[in-house]
Amino acid sequence: MSERLAVRKTYKLFIGGAFPRSESGRSYAVTSSKGDFLANASKASRKDARDAVAAARKAFPGWSSATAYNRGQILYRVAEMLEGRRAQFVAEVVDADGVTAKKAGELVDAAVDRLVWYAGWSDKIGAIRGSANPVAGPYFNLSTVEPTGVVAVVAPPMGPLLGLVSVIAPLIVTGNTCVVVASERAPLPSITLAEVLATSDLPGGVANILTGSAGEIAPWLAGHMDVNGIDLTGADADLAVRCEELAAENLKRVLRPAQDRIDWLADPGTDRMTAFLETKTVWHPIGV
Amino acid sequence: MSTTTAPFAEVASSNATLRAFLHGLPGVDRVGADARAAMLGTRSIKTTAKAQAIDLAISMVDLTTLEGADTPGKVRAMCAKAVHPDPTDPSVPRVAAVCVYPDLVATAVRALDGSGVKVASVATAFPSGRSSLDVKVTDTALAVAAGAAEIDMVIDRGAFLSGDYLKVFEEITVVKAACGGAGVARGEQGAHLKVILETGELATYDNVRRASWLAMLAGADFIKTSTGKVQPAATLPVTLIMLEAVRDFRLRTGRVIGVKPAGGIRTTKDAIKYLVLVNETAGADWLTPDLFRLGASTLLNDLLMQRQKMATGRYAGPDYFTLD
Repeated sequence: MSERLAVRKTYKLFIGGAFPRSESGRSYAVTSSKGDFLANASKASRKDARDAVAAARKAFPGWSSATAYNRGQILYRVAEMLEGRRAQFVAEVVDADGVTAKKAGELVDAAVDRLVWYAGWSDKIGAIRGSANPVAGPYFNLSTVEPTGVVAVVAPPMGPLLGLVSVIAPLIVTGNTCVVVASERAPLPSITLAEVLATSDLPGGVANILTGSAGEIAPWLAGHMDVNGIDLTGADADLAVRCEELAAENLKRVLRPAQDRIDWLADPGTDRMTAFLETKTVWHPIGV
Repeated sequence: MSTTTAPFAEVASSNATLRAFLHGLPGVDRVGADARAAMLGTRSIKTTAKAQAIDLAISMVDLTTLEGADTPGKVRAMCAKAVHPDPTDPSVPRVAAVCVYPDLVATAVRALDGSGVKVASVATAFPSGRSSLDVKVTDTALAVAAGAAEIDMVIDRGAFLSGDYLKVFEEITVVKAACGGAGVARGEQGAHLKVILETGELATYDNVRRASWLAMLAGADFIKTSTGKVQPAATLPVTLIMLEAVRDFRLRTGRVIGVKPAGGIRTTKDAIKYLVLVNETAGADWLTPDLFRLGASTLLNDLLMQRQKMATGRYAGPDYFTLD
């Protein structure tokens, strides 16, 4: 009997719930931390970014108006799906980061736990960030939070799975939709995560993942007039400054973490959720 | 029939002769038409050519609102947009026309007075065309009296599909006469007549070719694909067939007829595909708002966004353009 042919996985982009190749037809070789060839990944172009923004915008009304309970359930479902593929993610994290299998297992577990943790926040963040305000007049004055809109993310180059989950989950749990530029060095876990997202009831377009060069794509997202916020966690100093300047044109919300190397295993707090929330205040007359 | 052009004087003398003529037209190669339209759709139009195409497309738009919920306020807002599609950029050309229901023609005429943007009105029991000829003529006359410069009529698809071509022919000629209004006797030019074939209901490409010829023989100034109320609306292959029909009609009679795809054209990319199709099928003579129109509402915003992208180098967002 002849030997089996190797069935190699094709790593594509994740846009609007589908897995297209880059419009540009480009790809690049991804190597492990030791320099061994792993696979060819799609190299997204600015037009892929544009399509991803259109998909995220299309998904926004439905996702932002879904009940918090529903969003929490879907995030929990993502955690379930991720747990089911644990072995695959462990192998990919080992390849990408060069860590031991034991350490990689801890990182994947932490990513699952992070999703469950954020899933629990879906119906609580409003109670923490909203308020009934005392005003000098016969009014109920209530502040509630609403998602910012379409948020672009430059994913951290380190922590290909945990870091990625830690930037996506806080955005979508509050009702934002996002376009993520995955780590250029280690993009493969991000596309496997996309397969998890695609099979966990997350509506197409809520999270879109592009692989390729952040330096090439991020400025287009930063300048895009239909993007409402940008998370520059994974951008180096030069890129971050360039993106901040471009983002000023339509007053995007910008998240630029103070420290360069973030400990993704530490307690994340609520900052990443509140960075992309808007406050709506309603005045309602008493006794009418 | 006085409107029939000389080489085809006898064609419409009876249903039998009309039928013989229309069924004598060469059949359409469906696979070939689809493939040619798809092939022309792959042309890459970039940089300065794209900028030119966008401005040309804007100047060809028939900005349309045909909803039951239309109000005079909405029509006035749309008219303002028709004259200055992008208020922040005076170099954007105005659109060709606005297209409304007959009862809103007067509102649109007032709003567009002196702007050069024409007022088109749908008529003849739009969109189904299911009413008596009297009602259709009255509908048309109302729109013309209110000041419509162009009338978009629908053909009776039921009569067409059942083979009663003469009925369709005569309806078009009568409506064409009604388009003249009272002024024609004094030598004034009447309203332009666009005949909507509603290709989505005609079932075959052969029928599209027949309906195109029927409308042109009966005196249409324009042939238009769809009402926008039926899916599929305008498609590239159907427009290709109609463009071939107007090209052949000019060769046979010397009369030049316009074409208007309408419905389902939403993106700049789509619009540019249509322009390529016009240039390659009918010829560059048709690349003018007098002979080619794009019936659309959401298309204009996409054209403006692409225009802004080319001017500023950043992708534009719909938040910065008016809703319509």
